[in-house]
Amino acid sequence: MSIIQGSAGKAPTPASERMLRSSWIRRLLVRPEIGAVIGSIAVWLFFALIAGNSGFLSLRGTSSYLSVSAELAIQAVPVAILMIGGEFDLSIGSIVGACSMIIVILSTQFGWNLWLAFLVAMIFSVLVGVMNGYLVMRTGLPSFIVTLGTQYILLGATTGVTVLITGLTNVGGLQQVPGYQSAKVVFATTFSGREFPIEIFWALLVVVIGAWIMLGTPFGNWVFGVGGDANAARNVGVPVMRVKILLFVFTAVCSCLLAMIQAVTFTGADVLRGQGNEFLAIVAAVVGGVLLTGGYGSVIGTLFGALAFGIVEEGIVFAGIDADWYKAFIGVMLLLAVLLNSYVRKTALERRR
Amino acid sequence: MSTANPSSTPLLEVQNVSKYFGSIIALKDISMSVYAGEVMCLLGDNGAGKSTLIKILSGVHQPSEGRYLVEGKEVHFKSPRDALNAGIATVYQDLAMIPLMSIARNFFLGSEPTKGWGPFLRFDAAYADRVTRAELARIGIQLRDTTQPVGTLSGGERQSVAIARAVYFGAKVLILDEPTAALGVKEAGVVLRYIAQARARGLGVIFITHNPHHAYPVGDRFTLLNRGRSYGTFAKSEISREEITEMMAGGEDLAELSHELAEFARTDALIADAAQELAKEAEQLQQLEQHHSTDEQ
Repeated sequence: MSIIQGSAGKAPTPASERMLRSSWIRRLLVRPEIGAVIGSIAVWLFFALIAGNSGFLSLRGTSSYLSVSAELAIQAVPVAILMIGGEFDLSIGSIVGACSMIIVILSTQFGWNLWLAFLVAMIFSVLVGVMNGYLVMRTGLPSFIVTLGTQYILLGATTGVTVLITGLTNVGGLQQVPGYQSAKVVFATTFSGREFPIEIFWALLVVVIGAWIMLGTPFGNWVFGVGGDANAARNVGVPVMRVKILLFVFTAVCSCLLAMIQAVTFTGADVLRGQGNEFLAIVAAVVGGVLLTGGYGSVIGTLFGALAFGIVEEGIVFAGIDADWYKAFIGVMLLLAVLLNSYVRKTALERRR
Repeated sequence: MSTANPSSTPLLEVQNVSKYFGSIIALKDISMSVYAGEVMCLLGDNGAGKSTLIKILSGVHQPSEGRYLVEGKEVHFKSPRDALNAGIATVYQDLAMIPLMSIARNFFLGSEPTKGWGPFLRFDAAYADRVTRAELARIGIQLRDTTQPVGTLSGGERQSVAIARAVYFGAKVLILDEPTAALGVKEAGVVLRYIAQARARGLGVIFITHNPHHAYPVGDRFTLLNRGRSYGTFAKSEISREEITEMMAGGEDLAELSHELAEFARTDALIADAAQELAKEAEQLQQLEQHHSTDEQ
């Protein structure tokens, strides 16, 4: 966009007398996504160099990090949107465990059709999301604490109920239940010689929906508003409570989607499945340029955050480095990305006109 | 007399309004009005009751006593939304804009333009961009890029954008809460100019401030509050800037203050004298020392 020349009457604020040339590079560099995009390229180049000969660049290598990234992105994208809206959700790990256990127990122990079990799990996740949102908004407590509570409640209750019904914490046998074959097509197909799992497309669907909500709809505008300053948003008529509750529902529903994919892929469930995802999702969102205090961030950036994570996790395996090191690597990457992002944000807020 | 025609109906009027919080009298017997095309300044020092009065006018609080009329009809607002729907928009000093959001998105927050239908209903970014650019150009802010964050604007520009937004969305009465308080001289000038423009467009403006130097150039009438009560309303022709300042401070207090200041000045002079003497002594000492050292050589 260019400087508007002249105006009705005399312009009281000269348009550009103190403005340096703002090049397209600068405009690109102040995007919230930039840190994650650079980070992804950097770690990819790094592992392409040191592990290129050992299969990292092969179809199998590529599909392995893409599927790790996809599983993370399915949860990280809604978490990023929720964080842009100013809240956290630490219960998403337990939601995966609870939903996959609901699916597996209803179908294997009670003989339900798998699709009906999916429906029940989905309704359950919506209820958890509504409860999280309602509790946070009504009590005024930090969502960090409220959802930490939900996390433990769900984990404990899932384990308790599962042991009560099956006597185990790990239930299998999903391949024998009615509806499994069609569910396998939808959630666990692989393409191009069994390499690329369908979850990559599910992740892309979540990314497209998330990016569309944030950039294309009035609701997305409200999310930025309630995260930036809930009072200011309320003053201009944004329904703050409804927006935030819907965001909690979105994270819960996406976690349920991941539970469906994993239950069908592994033909079973474990009560501990999904544990730890809550922090990985926050890492991906923050690497992707989401501000911890809300009001700023990007869905596309979060996708690249998840991608960088997947590349590191699988790249270390291909490089033959002891896998114990991968968490150290993730930590370094997180810190570097946050440093870069805070610099980007500062630059973006510098006066320019 | 003021520029407003007193025989017409005021856009907004309160009659003998009082507000109590428990046993505390926040406001007592306040009457004021604003007409279309005038700037009504509400002046008062900190704690005078300005904020309480604004909150009543903008629908946050309900008056304990008295009547509130909009265009001659009595109203009972239950929320800020009610006041907004009646065309009364309040621009708060700090809660007006979201710094990290783009200017166009801020401008339309809560009233987003859309196009398309059903699931393809979408935020009309091009329209938002066009309107924001045009509305800001009207108040003299030339934007290169409406997607830049509001945080890149100066404080005065942010206030101006918030005012432009209220006007664009059909406000008849603008209540401006200390819009110039945190601003530098030039910045305040930008906002004051825009207040005058809003008046020229036929809006009624209630301009709350504690700075007579900002109020006097743009104000048509002045209502002075002090400790929850009103000193009355004065047309510009009836009162000078100095008189406003004096009344705001409370006449006697100010006299006492000038006495105190004179006392400070006197002691200051004494201190200055003493300091001068000390400096002279130090100089002499230095000279002596130099003398001494040259002797040694």
